[in-house]
Amino acid sequence: MISVQNVHKSFGDLEVLKGVSLDVNRGEVVSVIGGSGSGKSTLLYCINAIEPINSGKILVDDVDVHAKETNKDKLRQKLGMVFQQWNSFPHMTVLENAALAPRIVKKMSKEEAIEIAKKELEHVGLGDKLDVYPTKMSGGQQQRLAIARALAMKPDYMLLDEVTSALDPELVGEVLDTLRLLAEEGMTMICVTHEMGFARDVSDRVAYFHQGVIAEIGEARQVITDPQNPLTQKFLSKVR
Amino acid sequence: MDYEFHWNVVFQNMPQLLNGAFVTLHVSVLAMLLGVVIAILLAIAKMNNTKFFSQVATVWVEIARNTPALFQIYMAYFGLGAFGIHLSPYVAVLSALVFINAGYLTETFRGGFQSIPSTQYSASKSLGMTSIQSYRYIILPQMLRRIYHPMTNQFVWSILMSSLGILVGMSELSGTTQRLQSLSFRTLEFFIVAAVMYFVITKLVLFGSSLLARRLFKGEI
Repeated sequence: MISVQNVHKSFGDLEVLKGVSLDVNRGEVVSVIGGSGSGKSTLLYCINAIEPINSGKILVDDVDVHAKETNKDKLRQKLGMVFQQWNSFPHMTVLENAALAPRIVKKMSKEEAIEIAKKELEHVGLGDKLDVYPTKMSGGQQQRLAIARALAMKPDYMLLDEVTSALDPELVGEVLDTLRLLAEEGMTMICVTHEMGFARDVSDRVAYFHQGVIAEIGEARQVITDPQNPLTQKFLSKVR
Repeated sequence: MDYEFHWNVVFQNMPQLLNGAFVTLHVSVLAMLLGVVIAILLAIAKMNNTKFFSQVATVWVEIARNTPALFQIYMAYFGLGAFGIHLSPYVAVLSALVFINAGYLTETFRGGFQSIPSTQYSASKSLGMTSIQSYRYIILPQMLRRIYHPMTNQFVWSILMSSLGILVGMSELSGTTQRLQSLSFRTLEFFIVAAVMYFVITKLVLFGSSLLARRLFKGEI
């Protein structure tokens, strides 16, 4: 379980998270929606300890993420993360991209790492691209590579940061289909997204972020189709 | 045009010319290796938040890049000589080339490092890699690709600039050529052959470098 407890986070004078609390249970898919600058991506970076927090607490399976004694590198093995700008490693083939971390972080044998990487790449539909360099692929394919690369670490949770925002419209579908597949398989996910249809259909719950706080959270279909908070209503009327 | 070429004397002295060429290569390789090591330190110093280190690095880079190589060599040979520090011509030329190489390569390394997006680091960290692993497997290999060709250029530049050794009596290819032509008066012949030898050396270096690049960098950047 991921438990975010009253988290505050500032960049300089700008407070981005103003007391955010959110519990995500195993097997649950939570989508986070909201305008840009509302702090939704920052929340993911804080959960993954890429960004430090100012106050509050984040627990992942009861481990305090930001405690000094926590081994953050080890903790991140549990938390797969996929970024808006897929960040594939351009100097490695698709297969090497996915096999690297299992080999050097989990200390698997080369054969084992390659086997897992291949499996995850087939999983996301890139089984025929193993020896291709990522720069030769479309954004959608690179984003699916990033998902497979994260999955190859066998994470317990996936944090997805606007993974379709930088894609050409015709490539969004293939990535969302991949995420849909993961959700069906029971992967626990926090998806920061601008895809309202995806949020409604795939997630269990939806949280609406507004100026650093969760303005509304509830069952996915209800929040998207029948929001209670006027702020959520206003936001949704604009993005539709 | 009634100049008569006499190549025989050149060929008779070929062993000495080849020896000179070897010294040229020797001093340039050494200047490159030492220059790279110092440049790595200077680049780190320049990106360091401690003002003292970054200022030392900046002064080094500015002087190296904005004064003539000739000046550096004179400073090392005659300048230090005035203070009682007498360097051999070889060491004087070597130190000048190291000084300049380090200055130029510092900027190459810094630029190469800063051209790798920080998101590559975040992505590797998010996979559970330690900082050292992130640099070892993700940042440095990409950086090496970007600085490789500028480094090759710097090496070729060193080879050609070492010819300034002629001015302090160093017996590298140019110095040797100068000495031999003054003994034989076959100025044109000796310098033509020396030019061809420089050309061959730099072409071989470039060829070797591109072969190595093909082995090292299979991916696309």
